[in-house]
Amino acid sequence: MNTSTQSIPQLTRSRRRLPSELTILLVLVGISLTFEILGWILQGQSFLANTQRLAIMILQVSVIGIIAIGVTQVIISDGIDLSSGSIVGATAMISMSLAQASSFPRALYPGLTDLPVVIPVVAGLLVGIVCGAINGFLIAYSRIPPFIATLGMMVTARGFAKWYTKGQPISFPTDSFAAIGKGLAPVLIFLAVAAVMHIVLRYTRYGKFTYAIGANRQAARVSGINVERHTVKVYAVAGLLSALAGIVVASRGLTAQAGMGTSYELDAIAMAVIGGVSLSGGRGSIPGTMIGMVIFGVIISGFTFLRLDAYYQEMLKGVIIVAAVVADVYRQRKRVKS
Amino acid sequence: MVSPGTAAAIKRVLEATEADGLLAIEGIRKEFPGVLALDNVQLRIRPGTVHALMGENGAGKSTLMKIIAGIYQPDAGEIRLRGIPTVLKSPLDALEQGIAMIHQELQLMNWMTVAENIWIRREPKNSFGLIDHSKMVTMTEELFARLNIVLDPRAQVSELTVAQKQMVEIARAVSYESSVLIMDEPTSALTDREVEHLFSIIRDLRERGIGIVYITHKMNELFEIADEFTVFRDGKYVGTHSSKDVTRDDIIRMMVGREITDMFPKIDCPIGDVVLEVKNLNIPGVFYDISFSLRRGEILGLAGLVGSKRSNVAEALFGVTPAASGEILVNGKPVTIDSPSAAMSHGFAFLTEDRKETGCFLILNCLENIQSALITRSHVNAGFVDQSTVTKLAEEMAAKLRVKTPNLYETVENLSGGNQQKLLIARWLLTKPRILILDEPTRGIDVGAKSEIHRLITALAAEGVAVLMISSELPEVLGMSDRIVVMHEGHVSGVLDRAEANQVKIMDLAAR
Repeated sequence: MNTSTQSIPQLTRSRRRLPSELTILLVLVGISLTFEILGWILQGQSFLANTQRLAIMILQVSVIGIIAIGVTQVIISDGIDLSSGSIVGATAMISMSLAQASSFPRALYPGLTDLPVVIPVVAGLLVGIVCGAINGFLIAYSRIPPFIATLGMMVTARGFAKWYTKGQPISFPTDSFAAIGKGLAPVLIFLAVAAVMHIVLRYTRYGKFTYAIGANRQAARVSGINVERHTVKVYAVAGLLSALAGIVVASRGLTAQAGMGTSYELDAIAMAVIGGVSLSGGRGSIPGTMIGMVIFGVIISGFTFLRLDAYYQEMLKGVIIVAAVVADVYRQRKRVKS
Repeated sequence: MVSPGTAAAIKRVLEATEADGLLAIEGIRKEFPGVLALDNVQLRIRPGTVHALMGENGAGKSTLMKIIAGIYQPDAGEIRLRGIPTVLKSPLDALEQGIAMIHQELQLMNWMTVAENIWIRREPKNSFGLIDHSKMVTMTEELFARLNIVLDPRAQVSELTVAQKQMVEIARAVSYESSVLIMDEPTSALTDREVEHLFSIIRDLRERGIGIVYITHKMNELFEIADEFTVFRDGKYVGTHSSKDVTRDDIIRMMVGREITDMFPKIDCPIGDVVLEVKNLNIPGVFYDISFSLRRGEILGLAGLVGSKRSNVAEALFGVTPAASGEILVNGKPVTIDSPSAAMSHGFAFLTEDRKETGCFLILNCLENIQSALITRSHVNAGFVDQSTVTKLAEEMAAKLRVKTPNLYETVENLSGGNQQKLLIARWLLTKPRILILDEPTRGIDVGAKSEIHRLITALAAEGVAVLMISSELPEVLGMSDRIVVMHEGHVSGVLDRAEANQVKIMDLAAR
């Protein structure tokens, strides 16, 4: 018998790999413990044993986490979405303009106040889906790189948000609209979105197609997958989730400003990449992104806890993103070599 | 006067050098995580010879070549260049010591000229310290004249054919005054005429005393060009012989360690009604007026040289690049095929030519690879994949095709080429095709897996599947097909019956 092919099963059986999510989880534990130790040394108090701090931390990252869930599936399909932050801005403006209370005398549309909460929400989500679908159409049918298509949308949607009220903020939502982002609601929304997307990616045809396209676009096409149509769907879903984040942000802040969501896209991409989603497509998971998100939150919160300057935080964020990508590239290279 | 001891020592060294020839490899061992790629192998290259390196996939040929080219470092063993023990630290180091490798995937800078590619890093400078382009062109012309290569040094590499690019690589290697030239399957993308030219250049290099290591799968090339050959099996050295002393069967036996009796186990099976009829299929500039028919249970071979556009016809039939005009009839009814999905709904399946580029999802597991086509059509309820049923079907099919993997959750890039190919066949068989298009079904896979795939194709035909098989290997086409359609530069140049077909007739139609 042909022993060269027989040796392969033995090879792979002996090489039991840990799921990559577990490695990332260990990184999270390591970082948390580092802050814990530094906390005792520098501040004389615990970093982790503080529920309030943890709650704030989770709240801080949840909104961007919603975007990261959408971005995760985009990156798995071997794409990228730079427009999420701007879509947050645009949807915040539109949904808030349709959610104003009649008690506010200077409403943007005085005839359209006290509308039922579904109207601003649905309008906002539609804006997101349309923006995302435009991204998807451009990428799938005109064959321009995702980076360029979504960069265009990033600038355009931000411009739209500013033009909408000529730069003026919109405030005073109805109570029901304000309830969307109240308290821990953003965390619950995030968890729901993450759970649904996890199931979608693992058990549905949509998920299988997303991984297949990201792993090998040509092979996916030859397998009978309508790659173009699926690409449009993936970006539309990403747009939808960005819009959801926009609605939550506006609701929570009780106001909408054109600048809302600036640079959220980069944070969301960073969360996904830290969580093991490969920028070359086909690899990654929602649990991974969730851990990536918490790592992101722990680092920001830890720096605040250690009273480090906010500017350091920003600089460090850049370093973390690059480090995560370097780790990904390193993993790929190791894989190719062996 | 040298002392008798010194003289003896010098004599020993000289003798050793004589025995070593140009390059001697001794006791080389290379281990990768979990696999012993090379185990105590040896190789001797004499100057002025073409030395073929043969073996099944995974035999360790490429690993050894990468060690000789300085890409990998051996774990143990010795490399001697003209009798002197050497360490090859990097590809550049190897190149400077006179060992050059022509890779299977050519490694040239596409957007630079031929001359720039050859002299990069060693460009002639003028008195201002800037690159002297006209001198560089003259140097290239001189080099080409020595090698009988006709090529414009100012041409941009991206505009060259594969064969021309190969010439550039060879010229570059010669420009380094290399004494050892490694060629990894250099003819895999060449037409017959180009192969002839390449061989004349190789013979010329041999005359100049260069030692050429020639990796190939093709038996006839071995007899045509090689003086000696070495066979590896499973990372071990099997033997070195002169190619005059052996037969094809001897070599196969050395490679697989067993006899392959029926390479092409074609069973005659009843041939039914016409399933597929193609009439005047056209893509202007690619192929013209392609017409043929395919029956139930029939294996129709599609032969032709590289550039005859056989694969383009297959891609048009499957809707990857839909035809511009012409008719496709399935079971007598005209159908429109504008996408792979449309083709699949008419019962087509298409095993593509390039396993890695258009076939496998290398980073996904076996299961995902097998089910990808099936779930585009069925086994999905309300968006959810009926995973338990699909997994069962995939397991059965993998077992039936004897895919060797510990389980279906293994990543496909860890599998051998033959097993990857079987997975892709499994993918298509799950869709229960009536028309199966196979583009080079056994390219780059080892002899054992090859005959298994041949047997499988025959069995499918016996079950009533209509098979269209493209192959560049004439023995395969002749051995497997009921009829053979021959193409030449985008046209059908003839159709041959099994009884009348032979290599000469096919080549006559294919080369015109």
